[in-house]
Amino acid sequence: MNKPFVVPVKLDSICQPPSSMVLLVDRAFRALARLGVIVILVLLAALVFEIGGKAIPGIQKYGLDFITGNVWDVNQHKFGILPAIWGTLYSALIALLIGGFFGISMAIFLTQDFLPPRLAAVFRTIVELLAAIPSVVYGLWGIYVVIPAIRPLTDWLHHSFGWIPFFGTTLSGPGLLPAALVLAIMILPTIAAVSQDALSAVPLKTKQAAHGMGTTHWEAILQVIVPAASTGIFGALVLGLGRALGETMALAMLIGNSNQISLSLFSPANTLAALLALNFPEAGPNEIEVLMYAALILMLITLSVNIAGSLIMAYAKRGNKK
Amino acid sequence: MRRLMILAAFAAGVSLCANPPVLAQEKVRLTGSGASFPAPIYLAWFKDFSKKNAIVTVDYQSKGSGAGVQDFLNKTVDFAASDSAMNKEDIAKVAEGVQLLPMTAGEIVLAFNLPGNPKGLKLPRDVYSNIFLGKITRWNDPKIAAANPGMTLPDLPITVVVRADSSGTTAVFTKHLSAINEDFKKTLGEGNTVNWPASDKFIKSPKNDGVTATVRQTPGAIGYIEYGFAKLAKVDFALLQNKAGQYVVPSAESGAEALAAVKMPEDLVAWLPDPDGAKSYPITSYTWMIFRKKNADPAKAKAMREMIEYGLTDGQKIADSMGYIPLPAVVVEQVRKAAANIK
Repeated sequence: MNKPFVVPVKLDSICQPPSSMVLLVDRAFRALARLGVIVILVLLAALVFEIGGKAIPGIQKYGLDFITGNVWDVNQHKFGILPAIWGTLYSALIALLIGGFFGISMAIFLTQDFLPPRLAAVFRTIVELLAAIPSVVYGLWGIYVVIPAIRPLTDWLHHSFGWIPFFGTTLSGPGLLPAALVLAIMILPTIAAVSQDALSAVPLKTKQAAHGMGTTHWEAILQVIVPAASTGIFGALVLGLGRALGETMALAMLIGNSNQISLSLFSPANTLAALLALNFPEAGPNEIEVLMYAALILMLITLSVNIAGSLIMAYAKRGNKK
Repeated sequence: MRRLMILAAFAAGVSLCANPPVLAQEKVRLTGSGASFPAPIYLAWFKDFSKKNAIVTVDYQSKGSGAGVQDFLNKTVDFAASDSAMNKEDIAKVAEGVQLLPMTAGEIVLAFNLPGNPKGLKLPRDVYSNIFLGKITRWNDPKIAAANPGMTLPDLPITVVVRADSSGTTAVFTKHLSAINEDFKKTLGEGNTVNWPASDKFIKSPKNDGVTATVRQTPGAIGYIEYGFAKLAKVDFALLQNKAGQYVVPSAESGAEALAAVKMPEDLVAWLPDPDGAKSYPITSYTWMIFRKKNADPAKAKAMREMIEYGLTDGQKIADSMGYIPLPAVVVEQVRKAAANIK
């Protein structure tokens, strides 16, 4: 009864040398990909060249005083962006703390079998939809919903804990806290999506092994799965920070655009991106050069954040392998 | 074959003869850019004008007075629009000659947000100029109370909302404040952007919409916006004290009074930093369109003259309903005469 096993296809029919068509497609695709890379690099170089070139007169005129000054007065030709740098970093950092915490929690919640898979997929889509909302809508939502909603809390915090510098002023509407809160929601989908991918990529075997060792669900998540996905999660945070640093329109509407350096979360502040967006449309030639200088500084900040992120990730990877 | 050739030659001749009238019917496209403050009324004009005058289309980009003048100098547009007219150095750069024409005028109002929405808040000259200097900081300041007997003013800090973007509105507003307050002139001066006092009670918001939204959402806020915008957004605005000492509510009538108080000079650039007249609203300003006197294309020059004529006749009729001030009849005549310079 037992027939010998027969290979159902003829060997010679599938094992052919690649046809010239396949080779051609392969070569064409490779050329196309290479072209794409070159175009992107050239574009980036052109961008840096253009911005840098236009910033040179500004750099020569104002030098390092531009970075340490805190007055922006077009009429008197005094330009300084220290408050804007401070506000950019401060708002992005707070947004990262809030958005990072909720984004990673959400990713854990959606990937670690807390929900039936179908429901998890629905939630995932909803979170990703947040990324599709235009920036202006976030700005308006911040003005009409977030600010009135947090006002009672901020008033209470100021009256009860006004001696803490973070609560040192009353909230007068747009300010650092509402801006950072909205920013946190804006970077949430990025952080949540990338962290989810990282957590899903942890092999099932690792998880099963952890459970096999007798860990509880939470011990497995916090001590095995999250550390195993840590490089990916860290990448998500770096991406989120990059987005927070460069976000423009919502911040221009919510941060108050006031050139002052204050630790208070309720004070109006300024960011580089908002400064650029608001001053470019009507800038005269004198102002263009300093705005280009400011754009260059913003690029340097985002670049250094990304490089630092990559370095830490590379370092962590090496550590993991040991 | 020969007959065919004759036919062809005949056809070619006919089409050659037919060409000139076709050219005359060719569409004329005018492009302009500049001030955002008059943009709503300009766009309404251009739409209606193109409907009535099928061969002319006018494209207008509202990108700001400064940008409009820049485009005009770079010759990327046929005309520009500016709230702050055009300075002498820029005019000197245009070899073809420049014709500035005031086309409409507007007012700037002080919108505020106080609990209980009190109507008819009166602000004396030294009070509102000092609010924007950051010197009067609370609503129950004795000076405000003195001007508003019987009104209960809350013990609230005044949150001042100003424009974050560079704007002709700010230029007109600071020109007025500089005219009435020596201190303001010395410390802040006038311009499309000025260096507002650095305080956590000074908030900068982008555009008229941003200022309006922030004033609405912040109890104790005050901000300057265009009258047309305030009318649409239905915010409360203050009565301001004018040069004659009267408190005036912003309206088309009080604006027209202010315009009538100033005589239009030859070059058609009249500033009203602080108009005379008991009924004049204090913060009123003209806004200009800028043309070249010599244009390379006569068809375009003709279309521009027609467009100006439309703005002076039908255009002025819709000004009031859109929150602008119609030009006084004397000024309309002056503008009409000057428009003939555009060739």
